[in-house]
Amino acid sequence: MMADITANAGRVVPASGNTRVAHRAAADEPIWVRRSLIGLVFVFLGVFLVVPLAIVLSSALSQGWALYARAVTDPDTWSAIVLTLWVVAITVPLNTLFGIAAAWAIARFDFRGRSVLTSLIDLPFSVSPVVVGLAYVLVFGRGGWLGPWLGAHDIQIIFAMPGMVLVTMFVTVPFVARELIPVLAERGQEEEEGALSLGASGWQTFFRVTLPAVKWGLLYGVVLTTARALGEYGAVAVVSGRVPGENETLTLRVDMLYENYQATAAFAVASLLAVIALITLVLKTYLGDRKDNACPLSAGAPDS
Amino acid sequence: MAILLRRGNPLPGFVPATSLTLIYLSLLVLIPLAAVVLRAAGLSGAEFWRVITSPEAMASYRLTFGAAFTAAALNAVFGFIVAWVLVRYSFPLRRVLDALIDLPFALPTAVAGIALAALYGSNGWFGKSLAMLGIQVAYTPVGVFIALIFVGLPFVVRTVQPVIQELETEQEEAAGSLGGTRWQVFRRVILPALWPAVVTGFTLALARGIGEYGSVIFIAGNVPGVSQITPFVIFTRLEEFDYPAASAIAVTLLAISLLLLLTINGLQQWRARREGRG
Repeated sequence: MMADITANAGRVVPASGNTRVAHRAAADEPIWVRRSLIGLVFVFLGVFLVVPLAIVLSSALSQGWALYARAVTDPDTWSAIVLTLWVVAITVPLNTLFGIAAAWAIARFDFRGRSVLTSLIDLPFSVSPVVVGLAYVLVFGRGGWLGPWLGAHDIQIIFAMPGMVLVTMFVTVPFVARELIPVLAERGQEEEEGALSLGASGWQTFFRVTLPAVKWGLLYGVVLTTARALGEYGAVAVVSGRVPGENETLTLRVDMLYENYQATAAFAVASLLAVIALITLVLKTYLGDRKDNACPLSAGAPDS
Repeated sequence: MAILLRRGNPLPGFVPATSLTLIYLSLLVLIPLAAVVLRAAGLSGAEFWRVITSPEAMASYRLTFGAAFTAAALNAVFGFIVAWVLVRYSFPLRRVLDALIDLPFALPTAVAGIALAALYGSNGWFGKSLAMLGIQVAYTPVGVFIALIFVGLPFVVRTVQPVIQELETEQEEAAGSLGGTRWQVFRRVILPALWPAVVTGFTLALARGIGEYGSVIFIAGNVPGVSQITPFVIFTRLEEFDYPAASAIAVTLLAISLLLLLTINGLQQWRARREGRG
């Protein structure tokens, strides 16, 4: 759905910039309306975004730096960090490859079932994380489809890391494709056809023409995938064995500490994730700007 | 693969790209979801009905859909205003606020969950003052509502924002020069142009709110019959190893949310067609 909007957006873009100044005089709201709307926005975003973020950081430090440092350097927290990074390290490259393939198929070719495929890519967004976990338990769990076979071969997927990786992949599968489809569609394929007609091979065309042209959109999708993979909670909670130091990710560690009345320690670990979220926002803004400024059909000169 | 009949395109890679996409999606998404549907189908009709209409399940649907709907509606109104202000007005900190909109996407749900629980708990910054007014948020449906406002906040803003950016101001100016008041211009010119984007954003927020788990459960406290959302009920069935019941409720949740999304999409298309004629 989002992809459609952005794709439509692409077509009308050239109109925006120069009309900006003209409208001010003729069609603006009265000053008191403007001021109160701006005030309202500050209050709304302050209450719902800024204060929750602030409470994470202030609660984390509420009992001083010593306790904060101890919570963050605790061996169980450390192993949660390592496990989380492993999940990200496996999920992100695989889903990026998938996203590129899916975007190539959907944005470059017209085939029957194309719109169905597009909706299928978006499907994981409307599935509750808990249902994702349930689905994987039903396939790989002891009583699941592959349960007996996995048991016989002594392979554990559920309540272990492979299951956590798989559910994270499910949850983050749409991001890269969704960012790339509109970017690819908007650029058109003249440059690629040109490269091919000049004798470049398919892969050469892809790496020298396509990839440089969509790199900001791609990076944007990768950042979103990474952020979500780092922070997935519900689906992972279902398929993790919840053994501290063994198969707890950072979000599960936060949950565990909070439920055990170690709120300050929970917020300390949470603050690590909050800082990563803030870095994500900065990257997103930066990449979003680059993506929008990458003028479509600018003769393809791969800048930088 | 007979459905994949490509229509002439000189570019290479059609077969590998579509095959990879289909295989990946089937293994990762479709087969596991099919497992849920089939497990639920293993129940007899009567049993299935009993499980999905148990008082606990019914209370959870009312809460989940009610809270998701009202939160999405509130986000539609405020998201519209936020998008408008961010695009049309210039003021200090505009860029910062704009970047901050995506916080609910970037912040892990469990972190948001404990933050909201701490904030609205009886000793929290907001919880204390609201308690003095006689409003209890934590452990009530209001808590679920608050959490879903947080989660759904970016959707309307981010769908409406690009449309406002492209809105041709000539029309507004023309309407204004013909003597329309700003309010009339807003109602007759601006709102109709932005309406589809608002509905799309509302729908996305609704879909997300229905499935949301991490940011809700801490503030909701999961009091049986009062503040248990449907995903939590599924989670409980799972922990009891009652997989058929978990699957039945999961299928119901999926079915109702897909139905809702289709209805809203249908309504929007109907509206677009009607306006196209009128």
